[in-house]
Amino acid sequence: MSTRTHAPTDALDEVADRAFRLSVPALVGCSALLLLAILASVTQGAAGLPVEGVLRALVGGLPGVDVAQTLTSTQEAVLWQIRLPRTILAALVGASLAMAGAGYQGVFRNPLADPYLLGVSAGAGLGAVLALGFGLDLSWGPIAALPMAAFVGAVLAVTGSVLVARGSFRDPATLLLAGVAMAALFSATQTYALTRLDETRSREVLSWLFGRLATSGWGPVTLLLPYVLLAGAVLWLHARHLDVLRLGDDEARSLGLSPARSRLVVVGAATLITAAAVSVSGLIAFVGLVTPHLVRLLVGHSYRLIVPLSAVLGGAFLATVDIGARTLVAPAELPVGVITAFVGAPFFCVVLWRRKAGM
Amino acid sequence: MHLRQPLPLVGALALGLTLAACGGGSTDSDSADTASEQESASDEASDDAAMTSEGEMAGSGDFPVTVDTAAGEVTIEEQPQRIVSLSPSATEILFAIGAGDQVVAVDSFSTYPEEAPTTDLSGFEPNVEAIAGYEPDLVVISGDMNDLTASLTELDIPVVDNAAPTTIEAGWDGMAALGLATGHVDETADTIADLRQQVDDAFASFDGAEGLRVYHELDDTYFSASSNSFIGDVYSQFGAVNIADEADADGTGYPQLTEEAIIEADPQLIVITDQVSYTAEDVAERPGWSEISAVQNGNIVTVNADISSRWGPRLPELVTTLADAMSQVSVPAGG
Repeated sequence: MSTRTHAPTDALDEVADRAFRLSVPALVGCSALLLLAILASVTQGAAGLPVEGVLRALVGGLPGVDVAQTLTSTQEAVLWQIRLPRTILAALVGASLAMAGAGYQGVFRNPLADPYLLGVSAGAGLGAVLALGFGLDLSWGPIAALPMAAFVGAVLAVTGSVLVARGSFRDPATLLLAGVAMAALFSATQTYALTRLDETRSREVLSWLFGRLATSGWGPVTLLLPYVLLAGAVLWLHARHLDVLRLGDDEARSLGLSPARSRLVVVGAATLITAAAVSVSGLIAFVGLVTPHLVRLLVGHSYRLIVPLSAVLGGAFLATVDIGARTLVAPAELPVGVITAFVGAPFFCVVLWRRKAGM
Repeated sequence: MHLRQPLPLVGALALGLTLAACGGGSTDSDSADTASEQESASDEASDDAAMTSEGEMAGSGDFPVTVDTAAGEVTIEEQPQRIVSLSPSATEILFAIGAGDQVVAVDSFSTYPEEAPTTDLSGFEPNVEAIAGYEPDLVVISGDMNDLTASLTELDIPVVDNAAPTTIEAGWDGMAALGLATGHVDETADTIADLRQQVDDAFASFDGAEGLRVYHELDDTYFSASSNSFIGDVYSQFGAVNIADEADADGTGYPQLTEEAIIEADPQLIVITDQVSYTAEDVAERPGWSEISAVQNGNIVTVNADISSRWGPRLPELVTTLADAMSQVSVPAGG
């Protein structure tokens, strides 16, 4: 558990000042990036849709606009049922993971925290293996068995971590260790279950574990959107608490804040949103860890900015990277989780090296 | 900071279709195909067997023999009486060529024929001690997992790797090698000749597949089988066009397709197996798939997963099934 090196004195005011000075251009810039990423993603893909036709279809899709359409019915189907939902899903998953990552980093005051910290990934993975491989059917209403099982598994693993740490949100280190232990337990169970599976099913599970954004239409998007909005709002509302927590628990208390309760709420929201994202897209590494750091480089250390900007930038990043997953080896597919690290890691290394100082 | 998947699982992914699945499968147990009277064809098969062996071809029981396997040459001193098979395909072959009585244990996925002595041995995560516990004098595997061959060789147990063939022809060679290793050369030659005849007849029974666009789906993550795989070779022999070929630049045989490409390729026949967790109806209802010819014309066929993923004596059944499926496909002019 590394703590922050330079102890903040009256850093908060200073940081807040600097942060808000930069906030407008940063927000505009990131939002522009997100829009660009979505446009690029919609016009690129394995099926060579004519760019002009796609743009005509998109503009024509706006209410009250009438443009001559040039796509064939097959191209229309690809655009509306596959490419556009997948693009939106990529943006939502990226936003979820990046927001959750920012939340965890704030709670644990640890720059290495990522959304999978408390066993989310191992729990979701186990749920997925049980659903795919052993027909565990937790489907509920319109929600299919796999996402539901992954979601339940993720929430169970984190709940387990919290229980092992006796709900001690006063002491992030204990919670972190409990998370590591819980992840190990769930991972081992998942590995054992995988070895009992036949080849077809184990390949399905592995394909899911590698992280994939393949959607079947708009279902996963509508599944994830409420979580993004709800958990996003909770995280943003508690971003101020994270700013105060950065000063230390005693200072936080003297300002009338309950550190334990703030951590509980943030961990809860971050876990829910991560579990929801993982349940529709499997395990996509790196986005949640790195995006908040990039945002910090842009706007400083105020979580009131880090949380929303992480969401926007994370969405832009994953939507962009997914273009590669769909086109680099087309008509074959690459697991998007591979490319996130492949593209993200060197980029992040360069950024770190140029800054020389750490986070 | 989350824990990564252990690497051996990735190996499982790379294994391709070497492990067929449990359950399903037909229950008729006409295991040992009796030899038929195709003398001319049987000579040809004997030649195949000869190609896979060092020693001169002779009748059954002429040991020692040297068998050429994927893992190199293996010399077997005496006719094996305690065979352990860790490959469902190999199990089917052993029983078809009359070596069934010599088999003492087969892996958990070897579900056919019924009299096969199925155990909880795993071909995926082979346990050397558990295998050695059956005191085998020959172990048949398909693909060397976890250095199994090296471990068993340490124990002086010969290992024959009946590797997944990528063509039907290579499948016959693998059968011939097993015939040689078990001392059933003549019987194997007859069996191969018989199967070859049945397969050729099945291919000949339908010739309208020329240029038919086929998509063989292994699971709903769009893994498919290209012409570089055993099942893919069956489609090739029909003259069908496999839409997965373009995605298989590496020649692995089992590329993962991207959904857009599938829709754009517009397959006229979609084949899925009975071991996935969804049905042909589910495939037809996938968003965006309604534009595909196969969906519009109702040409989505479900085949038995065991039969379609094994290179064994039930190959004629598979070819017949696919011939039936293809003959159902109405190919519109200029399709």
